[in-house]
Amino acid sequence: MWRDALLVGSKDLRIEFRSRVTTTQVAPYAVLVLVLFGFAFDQDQNLLTKAAAGLFWVAVLLSSLLAVQRSYAIEATDGARDSLRLSGLDPAGIFLGKTLAVVAELLVLEVLLGFGVVVLFGIELHDPALLVVTCLAASVGLAAAGTLYGMIAAGLRVRETLLPLLILPVVAPVLLGATQAWMAALGTAGGGTDGWKWLSLLISFTVIYVAAGSLAFSILVEES
Amino acid sequence: MEPVIRFRSAVAFAGRFPVLAGVDLDVSGGDVVLLRGANGAGKTSILRAAAGLLRVVSGEARVLGSDLVLDQRAVRRRIGLLGHTSGLYDDLGVSDNVRFALRSSGVSSDRASCALETLGLVGRLADTPVRSLSAGQRRRVALAVLLARDPELWLLDEPHAGLDADHRDLLDGLVKSAASRGRTVVIASHESDRAEPLAGHIATVAGGVVVEVAPGPACRGSEPAEVERIVA
Amino acid sequence: MNPKADTEAGSIDRVREGGSQPPLGSGKAEPFAHRVAQGASSSSGRVTGTSDRVTRILGGSTLITAALTAWLGLVVTPPDKVQGQLVRLIYVHPAVATMCYAGFGLCALASLAYLWPRTRTRRWDRLAAASAEVGVVFCVLTLVTGSIWGRPTWGVWWTWDPRLTITALLCAVFIGYLALRRTGGDPDALAKRSAIVAVVCVLLVPVDHEATTWWASLHQTSTLLRANPLIHGEQLYTMLLSFVAFGLGFAWLVLHRYRVEVLEDRYADEGFDNAISERRAEGGVLTGAGPRSDGVAP
Repeated sequence: MWRDALLVGSKDLRIEFRSRVTTTQVAPYAVLVLVLFGFAFDQDQNLLTKAAAGLFWVAVLLSSLLAVQRSYAIEATDGARDSLRLSGLDPAGIFLGKTLAVVAELLVLEVLLGFGVVVLFGIELHDPALLVVTCLAASVGLAAAGTLYGMIAAGLRVRETLLPLLILPVVAPVLLGATQAWMAALGTAGGGTDGWKWLSLLISFTVIYVAAGSLAFSILVEES
Repeated sequence: MEPVIRFRSAVAFAGRFPVLAGVDLDVSGGDVVLLRGANGAGKTSILRAAAGLLRVVSGEARVLGSDLVLDQRAVRRRIGLLGHTSGLYDDLGVSDNVRFALRSSGVSSDRASCALETLGLVGRLADTPVRSLSAGQRRRVALAVLLARDPELWLLDEPHAGLDADHRDLLDGLVKSAASRGRTVVIASHESDRAEPLAGHIATVAGGVVVEVAPGPACRGSEPAEVERIVA
Repeated sequence: MNPKADTEAGSIDRVREGGSQPPLGSGKAEPFAHRVAQGASSSSGRVTGTSDRVTRILGGSTLITAALTAWLGLVVTPPDKVQGQLVRLIYVHPAVATMCYAGFGLCALASLAYLWPRTRTRRWDRLAAASAEVGVVFCVLTLVTGSIWGRPTWGVWWTWDPRLTITALLCAVFIGYLALRRTGGDPDALAKRSAIVAVVCVLLVPVDHEATTWWASLHQTSTLLRANPLIHGEQLYTMLLSFVAFGLGFAWLVLHRYRVEVLEDRYADEGFDNAISERRAEGGVLTGAGPRSDGVAP
């Protein structure tokens, strides 16, 4: 399973590396979202600083939608999905591989957006350990939920419109947990101990999505 | 000996449309069978059903001894399907594509280079992204994957389409040598003049059923019992 | 229920029936003729609508208990010391919210039963569809009654309280589920996809339920489920009766909705027999004259 996961994950990353869609389209989009938040809050630096954690994670969430759609767009070209099924790869391995590739892309984006909020919204980082662990857990959670739902929507005619409707409410607990943990770490919310409590909610959802995806993929890959 | 493919009243749907409406077909080991018929007759669907991509919902469908009605996955790695689509990733290079396809089917990627050479995909072409290849070149890449995997059952869907004269001859040679190595080959084609000389048996497909099976030019005098005639 | 009318359209049943049939000789699709004939015989005169004695009894008792709840809640029980007349919403809102959970929970359980290969039949899929739809209706009602209650007590129609927010998300999640169910395509594949979504979505229900305790929320915590319930006597009985009334109404709606699904499936199935014979006729098989010339490659 892990061998298959690495194979699929490295294939996805290699395709990303060669096509550069993430670096040339998704990353600028994410930064653009941050800049637009700045516009919307009308230069109220104080408000921006307070809301920075939430805005950061909303930007990550929106970018993760694009990353997931991209992850399935490459499978849709010229019957690649059929060949993935024919290859006899372990479905759980396919799920984990695609999830890992999206996680890697999200982590890169988060570093970029992290610089963005520091520079644009003028915040200070207090608790780097909490920030980094939150990023890791939230990325895995977003990627796992996205990859699972992407597969559910794959092959449907209405996938572009259906996917956000399906994903956004489901990853809301991840968004909530990550935002609260970041607010604690950035010092824009209550005491620092709170953050780790939120992180545990975040991690439990991440674990559930990864488990659900690994189990569900064998059903999804074999249908039709 | 049990036939490599055994379909009995196999029915399969695409949405609510019955693409296979009760197919009866036997293909014995080492045979080359040509499926012929008009567009939309169900040739491709028979190949996809045999590859376990199209679910047979009623009747009997056994391939290489496994029951596809119960488990579609069991035989995947023993089957190679050359379909309408090449199943390649546009942004990856030719040799990357072949290597990924081989490794994901559990075959060592060392066998890639030999196959690529046979299909003339060397030098500059090996690193070209598949995106910028012509249809015939893509077909050759897909064929290279099939050749390197060398599965027990070859399912070829319109294999000659898009290939130039030299590579058509090469393809015919590959099919013949596969059959001589004991591989079973099923070809769906409406280019009868090209595919018929290869065929040990010719099955006519129409309306989602096999209406006739007759011995072909390359029939190696196998037992007549295996030549099943089903005429309405 | 009506097991005979409930002819399965599931592929597993198709496979079972098909597997026992002899190989086709000359253009007869026995499995399907058999299956559709069975469906036709049971449908003749039995199920033309979705109501029968069970639903009529359910519907009648829903009306009676609801009327009784209204009378007790509006006339008999006293107003509250703090909330005044508003307390009467306690005979509506908690019961409605519980039915919302019941709908989503039932949907998830039915989906799990569908995903489990041994219990995979279309019945579970239909039950999931029916209960999710009814659940969404009750979820909207929960938000509306909660909003009506919130305006006078909290001073706002809506507040970004965790309980409210997560309930709204729950509603959105299952609206997405219903949207997925409408995408069409292969019914079995769709049933599997939907079942997976339902099982994942229902994870929000415990979060929603615990929201009042996890977060120091505006929303009050449970009135009944505690060692020392906050209300007693006639108020308690009225509240319990409201649960019975809405529970009966819930069952009544789900049953009707389930039967609509059965009818829809049957309508789709009736096409199968024709579709197969038409398909075979394309190749000239049913005409009895051997392969037509236009059915054969040149």
